[in-house]
Amino acid sequence: MNLSVIFGGEKYNFKSLKDVMAKANEEKSGDQLAGIAAETVQQRIAAKAVLSELLVKDIRENPLVPQENDEVSRIIEGDINEQIYGEIKNWSIEQLREYILSNDTGDRELKRLSKGMNSEIIAAVTKLMSNLDLVHAANKVEILSTCNITIGQKGTLSSRLQPNHPTDNIDGIIASLKEGLSYGIGDAVIGINPVDDSVESVKKVLTATKEFINDWSIPTQNCVLAHITTQMKAIKQGAPADMIFQSIAGTEIANRSFGISADLIREAEELIKKQGTGTGPNLFYFETGQGSELSAEAHMGIDQVTLESRNYGFARHFNPYIVNTVVGFIGPEYLYNNKQVIRAGLEDHFMGKMHGIPMGVDICYTNHIKADQNDVEDLSVLLTAAGVNFIIAAPMGDDVMLNYQSMSFHDVATLLQTFGKKPAPEYLAWLEKMGIYENGRLSARAGDLSIFER
Amino acid sequence: MNDQLVSMITQLVMEKMEKSTGSQAPEIAATSTEQPLIKFYDKVENRSSGTTEATATSQEPLIQLYQHGAPQEVTTFASTTFNQPVNDAVPIKPFQFEEESLTESVQAAKKHTPARIGVGRAGTRPKTKTWLKFRLDHAAAVDAVYGEVSEDLLQKLDVFQVTTKVTDKEEYITRPDLGRRLSEESKALIQQKCKPQPKVQIIISNGLSASAIEENVQDVYLALQQSLSNLNIDIGTTFYIDKGRVALMDEIGELLQAEVIVYLIGERPGLVSAESMSAYLCYKPRIGTVEAERMVISNIHKGGIPPLEAGAYLGTVVEKILHYQASGVELVAKEG
Repeated sequence: MNLSVIFGGEKYNFKSLKDVMAKANEEKSGDQLAGIAAETVQQRIAAKAVLSELLVKDIRENPLVPQENDEVSRIIEGDINEQIYGEIKNWSIEQLREYILSNDTGDRELKRLSKGMNSEIIAAVTKLMSNLDLVHAANKVEILSTCNITIGQKGTLSSRLQPNHPTDNIDGIIASLKEGLSYGIGDAVIGINPVDDSVESVKKVLTATKEFINDWSIPTQNCVLAHITTQMKAIKQGAPADMIFQSIAGTEIANRSFGISADLIREAEELIKKQGTGTGPNLFYFETGQGSELSAEAHMGIDQVTLESRNYGFARHFNPYIVNTVVGFIGPEYLYNNKQVIRAGLEDHFMGKMHGIPMGVDICYTNHIKADQNDVEDLSVLLTAAGVNFIIAAPMGDDVMLNYQSMSFHDVATLLQTFGKKPAPEYLAWLEKMGIYENGRLSARAGDLSIFER
Repeated sequence: MNDQLVSMITQLVMEKMEKSTGSQAPEIAATSTEQPLIKFYDKVENRSSGTTEATATSQEPLIQLYQHGAPQEVTTFASTTFNQPVNDAVPIKPFQFEEESLTESVQAAKKHTPARIGVGRAGTRPKTKTWLKFRLDHAAAVDAVYGEVSEDLLQKLDVFQVTTKVTDKEEYITRPDLGRRLSEESKALIQQKCKPQPKVQIIISNGLSASAIEENVQDVYLALQQSLSNLNIDIGTTFYIDKGRVALMDEIGELLQAEVIVYLIGERPGLVSAESMSAYLCYKPRIGTVEAERMVISNIHKGGIPPLEAGAYLGTVVEKILHYQASGVELVAKEG
């Protein structure tokens, strides 16, 4: 494995694969915080050049996190198809990039390729992709998933309706829910982040949302994003949950800091299959985001793009219904500004799709990061062009519980209309029946929450 | 929330009111004298103007905010620069954000949530006034990030101040590792001033919003102290940390060998409130404690969980942590 290059008249030596992978990343404050980022712009490009000549097998044969120490590594390794890997193991990362971008490579080829790559290989090629490469390549892939309804079809853009409330007040949650539905939001999931992570509170919100969904025969699914153990207790006590949510990370230690393990997720899988209200087969909702491993001091000197990719390797093992990166939420110490958030959003979406998972994005920002609503609007256009499965929407993009801004109900409707996309087919049929959509777009009555009054 | 808690809160309120009639009531002096002294269940904050409307309905459940109508008031740009007379011939009017007519359904729905609902649309886009209001609120939140807690408040709380390894604001947001470690002088100061091995150690930091501390900490601290004292739980020597991060509690737990730490810290400002505070709790936080062992009560502010109620609630959570000798996920597991 050659880790040196003469580039632009200068000699560059990299210490290890880990070092090349980190320095080949586009600039991220999180990699700088970890002390592993490229020191100059030229060094960054030199690292990309070295990486482009490494072979696929160099990356698999030199694991950044050895399997002996880490169950995430074991799970990723265990899911690789050796036949397909054998076909690509002698390719350079340069060849891999050009294969992905080739006009002869489409949905079927990329899905096949996906089975032969581990998360580090996918991260490596991502570092050689420009933003438009990431948009273009991700858009080739169509990943369908089914809980109660099926989402992800080409030409669709689904959304999670996020009617959070600062005290989990049910009337308040339902008020925002009605508003969102009246804009045609919510085919991916109606998902609430609770303030109160208690079993009682989770049961209350699951029951209220499920009753509303049943009352109005809405073809969608519900979820309350409490800790997995709390949701499991609520389900055991009879609460109606269509899927189980959990935040995940890319190393075993970071997962432990979230209070989870693969065994716990397997246990949840058994439970949701037996006691859940969702049809399936896809019954998990996972959230990720660059920087969480560093935040938990469990990054092992590995860059945040590679660690994020490992989230998707872990996630795909459990056949999730939806996965989304919460791209601007973590804060400026990991993604400093609009440029870094936009890059991370495109990387995460692409890496998710290359893993074959139904990838969405919470396109968002906090008030202490150097970004504003215009920046997330920009990213939403890019991700819609990239064929993102779903995005998250809150009233006017302002989440009154989590204190951050995401996309608005208006934004989802605007993206659909601008790009000529549609909500998921079963949901669209319901929207038309309710008079919220007409001729494939918002009706005159849309946006009026009194539609949901009898 | 249970009846026991309600009665505890009621007791706290009574005590607080007694105090304030007897003395100058510095902590209450900040609120308008026109307002009832303590009215936290049934008031609605008009978040644009900051005024409140209180309506007494004592039968209402404990946490049931926003059930009364927000006053239909005109919102103005508060900045004085907009109000300076420039030209006598053109009177400068306050900018009106409110849409003229809302249907009854929308008005009813808006009473239940501070979320921006019932806002209408221009095609698929937001209306101009809705959009401007959003941009103004974001601007205010951005401007509220950081800030220092006043000396005055620290004196009132009777706490001393320490620092982390962070030197300035920019470093605070880009170097969380430095905000998780005490400066060397501070370590010495804490060891010198604090009671060692406290049952409960309370610490306070501005975090990302000094105004969160300014607005809420007095009530939360008072109610928490009262609650712990009623439960016969011993409290250590409280102090204030400038520019602390959540995981700093580990080093402090280690230093003082505290059994439980309650850490009151300013949250990242949101659009609804730049004054929201969180309380993190942990059983025996030590260097290497994982996030899943911490607990948090967030959204403590007048439009979320009212400060007095939060303080009393925290007391009961501490009691539970001490009883099970665990916090976070482990506490959930032990509770069964």
